[in-house]
Amino acid sequence: MTAAPTGIGARVKRTEDQRFLTGRGRYVDDLALARPTYAYFLRSPHAHAKIRSIDTAAAAAMPGVVRIFTGKDTAEAKVGSLICGWVVKDKDGNPHKAPGHPPIAVDTVRYVGDTVAMVVAETASQARDAAEAIKVDYQVQPACVDLARALDKGAAQVHPEAPGNLCYDWEIGVKADVEAAFAKAAHVTKLDLVNNRLIPNAMEPRAAAADYDAGTGQYTLWSTSQNPHVLRLILSAFVLGIPEHKLRVVAPDVGGGFGSKIFCYADETLVVWAAPRVGRPIKWTAERNESFQTDAHGRDHVTHAELALDKDGKFLALKVETIANMGSYLSTFSTAVPTYLYATLLAGQYTTPLIYANVKAAFTHTAPVDAYRGAGRPEATFVIESIVSKAAAELKIDPAELRRRNFIPSTAFPYQTPVALQYDSGNYPPIIDEATKVSDYKGFEGRRAEAKSRGKLRGIGFSSYIEACGLAPSQVIGQLGGGVGQWEAAQIRFNPTGNVQVLTGSHSHGQGHETTFAQIVSDKLGVPLEQIEVVHGDTATTPFGMGSYGSRSLAVGGSAIMKAADKIIAKGKKIAAHLLEASVADIAFENGTFKVAGTDKAVPLGQVVFAAYVPHNYPITEVEPGMDENAFYDPANFVYPAGTQVCEVEIDPETGTTEIVSFTAIDDFGNIINPMIVEGQVHGGIVQGVGQALLENAVYDKSSGQLISGSFMDYTMPRADDVPSFKVGYKVTPCPHNPLGVKGCGEAGAIAAPAAVMNAVRDALGPLGVRDVPMPATPLAVWQTIQGAQRKAAE
Amino acid sequence: MSISVSMTVNGKAVSGKVEARTLLVQFLRENLSMTGTHVGCDTSQCGACVVHVDGQSVKSCTMLAVQAEGAKVMTIEGLAPSADKLHPMQEAFRDNHALQCGFCTPGMVMSAVDMVKRHNYQLDEATVRRELEGNLCRCTGYHNIVKAILAAAPAMKAAGV
Repeated sequence: MTAAPTGIGARVKRTEDQRFLTGRGRYVDDLALARPTYAYFLRSPHAHAKIRSIDTAAAAAMPGVVRIFTGKDTAEAKVGSLICGWVVKDKDGNPHKAPGHPPIAVDTVRYVGDTVAMVVAETASQARDAAEAIKVDYQVQPACVDLARALDKGAAQVHPEAPGNLCYDWEIGVKADVEAAFAKAAHVTKLDLVNNRLIPNAMEPRAAAADYDAGTGQYTLWSTSQNPHVLRLILSAFVLGIPEHKLRVVAPDVGGGFGSKIFCYADETLVVWAAPRVGRPIKWTAERNESFQTDAHGRDHVTHAELALDKDGKFLALKVETIANMGSYLSTFSTAVPTYLYATLLAGQYTTPLIYANVKAAFTHTAPVDAYRGAGRPEATFVIESIVSKAAAELKIDPAELRRRNFIPSTAFPYQTPVALQYDSGNYPPIIDEATKVSDYKGFEGRRAEAKSRGKLRGIGFSSYIEACGLAPSQVIGQLGGGVGQWEAAQIRFNPTGNVQVLTGSHSHGQGHETTFAQIVSDKLGVPLEQIEVVHGDTATTPFGMGSYGSRSLAVGGSAIMKAADKIIAKGKKIAAHLLEASVADIAFENGTFKVAGTDKAVPLGQVVFAAYVPHNYPITEVEPGMDENAFYDPANFVYPAGTQVCEVEIDPETGTTEIVSFTAIDDFGNIINPMIVEGQVHGGIVQGVGQALLENAVYDKSSGQLISGSFMDYTMPRADDVPSFKVGYKVTPCPHNPLGVKGCGEAGAIAAPAAVMNAVRDALGPLGVRDVPMPATPLAVWQTIQGAQRKAAE
Repeated sequence: MSISVSMTVNGKAVSGKVEARTLLVQFLRENLSMTGTHVGCDTSQCGACVVHVDGQSVKSCTMLAVQAEGAKVMTIEGLAPSADKLHPMQEAFRDNHALQCGFCTPGMVMSAVDMVKRHNYQLDEATVRRELEGNLCRCTGYHNIVKAILAAAPAMKAAGV
């Protein structure tokens, strides 16, 4: 493929930027609806309580109140339970425990933020004022909040359907084989980790608006969704019973998602359900404190891992025991995250021949936990890359060298791991070579000594991650318990005047599809970029698709566009053959022109398109008129981006403050369509990973279950002065099984960074005898660790 | 109880009726339907709502509409000199891919313009990072925002804005 100025490989400036830069983006809350009403949700102030009674009389009499709904109303109307779309089977083959999740709590609230009532009023302020006047008589119950203790006897129970708070007890690998390998190991490294709980915090709070047309029976939901078709499917088939063709879901401009906007939430369900009952459109936009309380959170694992090595530092076996938090109710894809998106990645970039993982998923009285940027893969990478660096430190082997010794060799692809996945392609040694070069790893000890002379502790950390993304063969997903297909759809629709609409089932909420997808079409069909419009995010206009998550848009959605473009070319050749009076076999297509091979006879695509719409001189008996092609693409495998990050930190032992002084990321994303956009994805991912490592922590009070880190004043979001500028680079091994040769880039930064940063912090504190620091390594945590080490040294 | 309020927004005289508690950002978004200014939090941390009031950057969620009585307000919609020409800061954001989802962008751009002017068009990376303390972005990791602001400073000086 040649890199045209606007084609594949070009750093094209984004076409969507004009509207965002001039304040003309259209997000859900910007929507102007005729005669709107506004919803406010009264939320539980308790982590666990019985609802004895709800008195809405005073609230209903407040100014502007239109309607108030409680769980009694939704139960009477037989509103369905919010669903979890992935069935994980436990060790014995039984499906996970799936307690109901009513959109409004009926008799029990199970987390701070659980929905208790919905107030609809003339203005948002009136709805909120009225909600304050609702009297709820709660009988407060003990809450289970501490994940490490959630499965213990005596823990407060979240659901009667899930005794002992156990959602499932799942395993992968053969335990006995792994134990046998450990028995023969020359060295065993052991590690206990807590993967801290995170709150996604897309900058645009979730929002939903719904309208019902009583004349046609048509519902419209505008939602901050990453996957409007999937949301429609869930609401139609499982929760509200609205026929799918009578529900239109529009996800217009969406202000970031990071996973949190994949799921079907109570709020958007309720505005749709209530719209015909109110008889007017209903708008709702979360306040940030609601986002903190009710967006699905991420991560939250407690893990014990052990790595067995032989005398040469070759990995023999890995075993991992994890307790994963599901929160109070199962969110849409929650069960898959700590199993098929986590334990299947535990081979990392290494030849570890034997792996066993046991994952117990626990219910707690906290917000639901689900996919957040990386979803399971950051957790896996944190385990592997932490334990590999710890083993290197214990064995006094250079951490880069220990990694190199265990990398899957480039000649071994496709490579079957012991945990189900077959890696399609990769070449890891040149990546770490480049990363050590760019980060000047050789010069590190000099920098450490120089820092020491200033009283600072300097450390360096590696993280070599693998990711399985671009989900994935639908058949495999089905076998693993997934409830949906994982293909993507595209439509390329030429208009008679020659410009093009590209309709995709993917959704862009910051990733720049409008530009990247247009580049693909421009490159493939030779149409100028400005004549291509990418359309997404509306079930009424776009083909059914699975949306955007798991770094799938380009690998799967882009591939569907390529397939549709192939169909355009194939059809165009037949028309061109007619126009040029040649045989179809002799027609070649390049740079937007059909040519008769070996002659100067040619006809541009635009002319062929026009002939297709005005078929006066046209092979009408053999070829249908029009130029509008659909394609569905089901991937043959996951894609496997991989890379190495190197983080260098400097710690002030007096304050415990960690400064990231240098950060390098070298990635293999396969072929790259727009390097500018890819780099942006890497930067953003890294900072979310740095945030997890140093700053962010969702904290519930262990006795009351109150969310302590419930605002931007309490939950530390990374700010510009918390991070440096980054050094990013690429190595390319094209994906062998999709037509673009691409792998995903959206999550890589967030997957690798926590381990890179934490390994650097551990390395900095290593000379003090410290082996581990809790994540996030806040100044307090680091300072306490240093104090503890100094006390121990003094004893 | 409603109060009349009048101000100039992007060079145009506007007025409306508000509650005493109505925030400036609500007045802009709801009364004037100028939805370019965004609300990303409820604690004045995120900076998505930054506008200029009498030439200074202000978080419009931290100011009551009535406090802006008689003021000259400029929002993201009024920054570009014309429909087909962007302000140098907007141009620099586009050139440097300093925005992804676009939600924090209006506040970022308005803060950045004010930052450049307050520093007399002389900025270095550390200063830009420190000055962005009041603006959160979840997409870009700030790398390209910092680059854009550093690139815009001389461009603004050259353009005399």
